[in-house]
Amino acid sequence: MAIRINGSDVAPPTDPRTSLLDLLRDGAGLTGTKVGCNQGACGACTVLVDGTRVLSCLTLAVQVDGRSVTTIEGLGSGGGLHPLQRAFIDCDGLQCGYCTPGQICAAAAMLEEIAAGVPSYLTADLSAPIPVSRDEIRERMSGNLCRCGAHNGIVDAILRVAREQTP
Amino acid sequence: MMPFVYDRPTSIGETLALMEHRGHQLLGGGTNLVDLMRKGIAQPSRLVDVTALSGRIDAAADGSLMIGAAARNSEVAAHPLVRANYPMLARAILAGASAQIRNMATVGGNLMQRTRCLYFQDAAAARCNKRVPGSGCDAIGGFNRYHAIVGTSPACIAAHPSDMCVALAALDATVHVTGPGGTRAIALTGFHRLPEDRPDRETELASDEIIVGVEVPAPSRGARSTYRKVRDRASYAFALVSVAASLELHDDRIAHVRLAFGGIAPKPWRALRAEAALLGERATPHALAAAVATEFVDAAPQRDNAFKVDLAIRTATAVLTQLGGSAP
Repeated sequence: MAIRINGSDVAPPTDPRTSLLDLLRDGAGLTGTKVGCNQGACGACTVLVDGTRVLSCLTLAVQVDGRSVTTIEGLGSGGGLHPLQRAFIDCDGLQCGYCTPGQICAAAAMLEEIAAGVPSYLTADLSAPIPVSRDEIRERMSGNLCRCGAHNGIVDAILRVAREQTP
Repeated sequence: MMPFVYDRPTSIGETLALMEHRGHQLLGGGTNLVDLMRKGIAQPSRLVDVTALSGRIDAAADGSLMIGAAARNSEVAAHPLVRANYPMLARAILAGASAQIRNMATVGGNLMQRTRCLYFQDAAAARCNKRVPGSGCDAIGGFNRYHAIVGTSPACIAAHPSDMCVALAALDATVHVTGPGGTRAIALTGFHRLPEDRPDRETELASDEIIVGVEVPAPSRGARSTYRKVRDRASYAFALVSVAASLELHDDRIAHVRLAFGGIAPKPWRALRAEAALLGERATPHALAAAVATEFVDAAPQRDNAFKVDLAIRTATAVLTQLGGSAP
């Protein structure tokens, strides 16, 4: 078996203690994914597994054997920026940039969740289409902390992409 | 982290065979256990990853819902039947953790998660009867804003962290388990133990048993229900107090009520005393508050969490008032 990372197969680690985060950074050389708290509290290590956002610090790499992982390095296409990457730059959605890869991976999956009609704790009607709003984005992005306090720019950037995607 | 052997069985039989190894622990999403292993609080020699077992969510002919133990929390909250028939359960799950963690965490793992008591988590410097039986409790007399006010013991005041289980307690859910001795069903309200003098024994699950699923009875058609969580920040925090409630009125009197609390007890706290006091009452804030208060007459708060008594009564009163139709 193998772990498919950004389209390339990587062998699972021989030591099952290896987290997906450590495999990405130390094994695959993909240092875009960041080590923040390393205990599931900050979201800096967020990646996509089969399109779903997860914390790579609390995922054992052996658990994703046979599955597909997308990191910040694999989010754009053909060397171009992902729309969220462009919007984060334009909207000042970062200061030091350390939390940014996790923010953008989380936001990419979050927009898919909204498009699929997945409610949040704030959603008034659990069965209706989701209205995209600042409050919905803040609630849905609460697992990603930014110590620089760039949250307003982050919400601006995500809101811009969300509105581009839903005419 | 101590070395361990990793297995991912694909059947219950294979899982039970692997569980014959001493020192094993079952692994769900890993959101709690991997962290505890990194801290040295959990030291399994073998991890049996049970996420390949059933996570199916199926409606039965009698209207009940069976949720496989390996279902991810986010899958349960997003399921059309859960959203339509058990909004309290969907909202409880959505109130818990972050989207990333809900995508990872399993239903079985949610039931088995450990307390976030700071002293339990601090293996290097704190005494904890749950972590080391008989060593003492540094939460008593320590920083205990987040601790329990009912159901505690002189050995332990830790609060149960789950939101999902609070809704399951209010919904009269049943935990289905299996082991070498066969299968059995345990009421969710009886699944978790009170600490008494053995806070290290947290559930009724035997070490050779595994949770296979959770069954939620058919929804009560005329009742309205919801879940409200009060915490120190607007999102992604454990509950100070949470309330799961369903209510149905006949001729302005309460004819059906289910009430459970989170954040205030060592287990998901079904408020049977308050429910009995609420039946037959009018859904006015005054009457509701008086009935809910009966649940807390023998509450035993600590230095930092006496506010939880009033907060629990007021939150439940607000939720029941809202469900009763005269929203505050």
